[in-house]
Amino acid sequence: MNRLPWLNTTRTNALLAALQQRILVIDGAMGTMIQSYKLDEEGYRGERFAKGYDGRHLHLHDHQHHVCDLKGNNDLLLLTQPDVIRAVHTQYLEAGADLLETNTFNATSISQADYHLEHIVYELNREGARLARECCDAIEAKTPDKPRFVIGVLGPTSRTASISPDVNDPGFRNTSFDELRTTYREAVRGLLDGGADIVMVETIFDTLNAKAALFAIDEEFEARGARVPVMISGTITDRSGRTLSGQTAEAFFYSMRHARPLAIGLNCALGAKDLRPHVETLSNLADCYVSTHPNAGLPNAFGEYDETPAEMAATIREFAQAGFLNLVGGCCGTSPAHIRAIAEAVAGLTPRTPVVYPVQSVA
Amino acid sequence: MSIDHDTTQPRYTRLSGLEPLVLTPELLFVNVGERTNVTGSAQFKKLIKEGRFEEAVDVARQQVASGAQIIDVNMDEGLIDSEAAMVRFLNLIASEPDIARIPVMVDSSKWSVIEAGLQCLQGKGVVNSISMKEGEDVFREQARKVLRYGAAVVVMAFDEAGQADTCARKVEICTRAYRILVDEVGFPPEDIIFDPNIFAIATGIEEHNNYAVDFIEATRIIKQTLPHCHVSGGVSNVSFSFRGNETVRQAIHAVFLYHAIRAGMDMGIVNAGGLPIVDDLDPELRERVEDVVLNRRSDATERLLEIAERYKSKKGEAAIETQAWREQPVRERLKHALVHGIDQYIEGDTEEVRRQSTRPLDVIEGPLMDGMNVVGDLFGAGKMFLPQVVKSARVMKKAVAYLLPFIEEEKARSGDAGKSNGKIVMATVKGDVHDIGKNIVGVVLRCNNFEVVDLGVMVPAQKILDVAREENADMIGLSGLITPSLEEMSHVAREMQRQGLNIPLLIGGATTSRAHTALKIEPHYKSPTVWVKDASRAVGVAQSLISRELVDEFMARIRHEYAEIRERHKDRGPGKKLVSLAHARGQAFDGGWSDYVPPAPARPGVTVFDDYPLAELVDYIDWTPFFSTWELAGHYPQILDDAIVGAQARELYRDARAMLEKIVAEKWISARGVIGFWPAARVGDDVEVQTGDAKPTRLHFLRQQVDKPMERPDFCLADFIAPKNSGVADWIGGFAVTAGIGIESHLQRFEREFDDYSSILLKALADRLAEAFAERLHERVRREFWGYAPDEGLANADLIAEKYRGIRPAPGYPACPEHTEKGTLFDLLDAEKNAGIELTDSFAMYPAAAVSGWYFSHPQSQYFVVGRVTKEQVEDYAARKGWTLEVAERWLAPLLDYDPE
Repeated sequence: MNRLPWLNTTRTNALLAALQQRILVIDGAMGTMIQSYKLDEEGYRGERFAKGYDGRHLHLHDHQHHVCDLKGNNDLLLLTQPDVIRAVHTQYLEAGADLLETNTFNATSISQADYHLEHIVYELNREGARLARECCDAIEAKTPDKPRFVIGVLGPTSRTASISPDVNDPGFRNTSFDELRTTYREAVRGLLDGGADIVMVETIFDTLNAKAALFAIDEEFEARGARVPVMISGTITDRSGRTLSGQTAEAFFYSMRHARPLAIGLNCALGAKDLRPHVETLSNLADCYVSTHPNAGLPNAFGEYDETPAEMAATIREFAQAGFLNLVGGCCGTSPAHIRAIAEAVAGLTPRTPVVYPVQSVA
Repeated sequence: MSIDHDTTQPRYTRLSGLEPLVLTPELLFVNVGERTNVTGSAQFKKLIKEGRFEEAVDVARQQVASGAQIIDVNMDEGLIDSEAAMVRFLNLIASEPDIARIPVMVDSSKWSVIEAGLQCLQGKGVVNSISMKEGEDVFREQARKVLRYGAAVVVMAFDEAGQADTCARKVEICTRAYRILVDEVGFPPEDIIFDPNIFAIATGIEEHNNYAVDFIEATRIIKQTLPHCHVSGGVSNVSFSFRGNETVRQAIHAVFLYHAIRAGMDMGIVNAGGLPIVDDLDPELRERVEDVVLNRRSDATERLLEIAERYKSKKGEAAIETQAWREQPVRERLKHALVHGIDQYIEGDTEEVRRQSTRPLDVIEGPLMDGMNVVGDLFGAGKMFLPQVVKSARVMKKAVAYLLPFIEEEKARSGDAGKSNGKIVMATVKGDVHDIGKNIVGVVLRCNNFEVVDLGVMVPAQKILDVAREENADMIGLSGLITPSLEEMSHVAREMQRQGLNIPLLIGGATTSRAHTALKIEPHYKSPTVWVKDASRAVGVAQSLISRELVDEFMARIRHEYAEIRERHKDRGPGKKLVSLAHARGQAFDGGWSDYVPPAPARPGVTVFDDYPLAELVDYIDWTPFFSTWELAGHYPQILDDAIVGAQARELYRDARAMLEKIVAEKWISARGVIGFWPAARVGDDVEVQTGDAKPTRLHFLRQQVDKPMERPDFCLADFIAPKNSGVADWIGGFAVTAGIGIESHLQRFEREFDDYSSILLKALADRLAEAFAERLHERVRREFWGYAPDEGLANADLIAEKYRGIRPAPGYPACPEHTEKGTLFDLLDAEKNAGIELTDSFAMYPAAAVSGWYFSHPQSQYFVVGRVTKEQVEDYAARKGWTLEVAERWLAPLLDYDPE
């Protein structure tokens, strides 16, 4: 089989060995944690973006810069407040996470276009991976028996390739496979250059967006002549049990399988309880590992998540006991306390064995 | 700790659209829909070439509805921008969940088109096709791309030397391709589908004689030696030399598939619905076809040609068939007559069985019910369509009518009555006159041995309840078409509760919905209340309600569903918030009155058309709604060639045309109409109309309150009339037409003949004629009577597509949804006297085959939907109409954006 070698064989082998031994723990929400720092516009801008645009963007004359508010551009904090991101990462590692997700959810040109910062996409991804790796290395130095890994995150972008934004023209699209592929390619390049151990396409609303991401990842691997493990995580939008673009969990898996991922899973939108049947579907079918990082329950009337660490951990423990899980973490509304509770809840439980699809030999 | 999931799974091909498709051995043969292929369907090609993508999407929908498991899309045609068409079409069907649920096969001989298509598929589709025609390198490259896009692939048995024709070449090429794909590219073996080329046989050229055998044998070897792969092919090629002789072609396909499937062919492009079963073939034909397909003798082609002519004439074949069924035993004949809807011999046959039976009732409960059960099963399975069922019912009704006197006699003697499935009282509610749908449901229920007491139209609640009690009915069915009927249905439900009824209530009709039933009817009645979507669901619902075993589970499900709808509705939250009335008015449509002079009508005042020539209206008929009345989905005229419902649509169309000729020639009905034009001026959301009387008449309209960007107006019909203070002279028009005068005597005649089919047909045609009359008159209004477009000359399709200037919105429809304004319109036109149309309490028109509305001439006038309105507008409207708020809320009930007290 024509598969490329690993980009970092030692690290990947350590990851594969860990996955055979136990259920690995992914970190929790970044956005919720950043909120607690109550950063204002100035805080987001930092020195380099003090004028509302990139002061180092030398190709433009002053009057050509688009000045805009940068508050809310959480990915930008990688460049302007790296200590905040470092602190959050470290808290999760201390809580027991084996894997850190890079703070690059919106680091694509489509999402950064809202801030006129398309040109820093590569930089954000590289810094995101580098910073997370730095945090992992620091803690690994203290506990060398427990390797930690960086998941380079590719978010869904704010557009959908298979859904029309115009109700009057169902055939219309405001993005294309090629546009998505191009921006994802740039992002993957940054993540790998920054030292990501894994890349994960996550919070997939629209499977076609994810297919473009996987296409870009594969192109980048081919260009480098080496690869890292790929994780895929879809989002079941509501209790209809479908993704936003309408697929069931099973159909979603079949659409993604060609990428031969290390793991497939589900995250966001629902709490763990509501995700159960869909995680079970994947668990019954996946010839790779299964991951899940749910929200801390469903949002309440104020848009806040209020499932406690204990509640969430109890649900997750039952998933693990049912044999569904290889990797587990948290999405919106989760905190280091949730991750600590989850890590304790799954400690010692047997990880799931991937399904095998035997190839028949010639008679 | 044990892991409780199964850790091995079979290596099946696993494709997906919105839903998974796993190609398990149980599927036997995967049916690829081929009607969305411009190279295979002239109709689809035409639609794409003309840019009629919406209709093209309907073709796809019908394919899926008829059981296609994968949909093949091909846009290879010189005059089409194939890449653009592929992208547009795939994006459109991606938005249709009932189509997008199955996987797509992207079909093109051009790689760029395939790639464009793959970039639109979120699911795992199939590429059709790649090959080694341009060598292994291109093949390898394309295969890698297919894998990277995440699709399965069809590989043609084609290499640098050309298409494989012999068994050995087919196997050799496919084996080479398989090894490259699996060993070098890393392609999953189960995602490879070989197409080893089906070529035409019996062409007269000796080398071609073994082509079918070559395919079948190659298939056998490929399936044995190349694990997990599939074999597919375009079956119709094989019979190409017999084109023009459908019977022989189908026989060849059936025989070929029979052998190819046994050899391992498991996928194909084939019109499976049209295939005969091998065992049903005429033995002589089967033998000679098999000789040809299996190449069993050197003179096989000549021998098939010898007899082929005999099967050519379809009429001859039908004649033989007609003779054949008359030879069968009488019970079989009865069944045949029912299933095929033939009433020619029914009385004689019924009499024959009656004489053989102990009791006349046995004829009904025996052979007649057996036949109707077959009809019910076929209809339930989608193998029979509504017009056929109604024809079957006509046969049944005639047989029962014949037996009735004997049954009465028997009953008088023994006191024994027959047992039916259950009794249902049905009615179109008070204020409403529409009954085509209700009658169809009645027919279908009778077919399934329900006793139906039909109270007709405009039935007051109390009468429905009284009859239900007197008749000891098992359930009540309510129907209605106009929006005020929704309110009336809630009223009936409340009365049933108040008066202590506890039998199930069924709700149906065009404006009803599951949501309305759940929110506005079911909460008022404690016993089962169920919305019935259409006639084809009616039997299932009625049977579930009547069955002791089924009812609890069925109702638990329905109640849960309705409760969820209510819950969702409650949680709907602010949703799309409406804007204030002042805001909406501030965003009114601007008619540009300073630069525009409205046209004055050529013939102001009222013009009456007494006995309008029907012949002139026939060409103006829009047939598409006619077919949907009969639950046949599709656009006219394409529906006549539709793969699934085409045959039935043609038959229905023939019957309709034949009756239409009689209607016109024998003047069964007459058409009357009236139009009028009056000076008019906009005053707010009202229009003031000058009729010559001292006091002008006021028309009241409603305004959209949708939150839109500034450049898009919140419409109100009044906006299309020049404001009073602008000083610009403007006019409004109105019309009322009917094509139902004199229809009753014919309906009664059909009733006497137990002929529901003709009765429903006549009503549906009268409806179409009334619409055609409205369309024709509007055209003449534009050209002559108002006269602002004297040179307009549009084809009927363009008229249907409303490609002209000006609109004719009808009170009660979305642009002016409040029904009582029809009363004002009728007063202005004196429509009761001038056109013979009456209004009911709910402002439905009688005769039902009638259309009325306003005429607007403004070049930018357009249809729109008022949609929901706020309490503020309801209060404003009540003040304008001189109503109390409560009255206004009743008439505007379906539009309210709030729950009235």
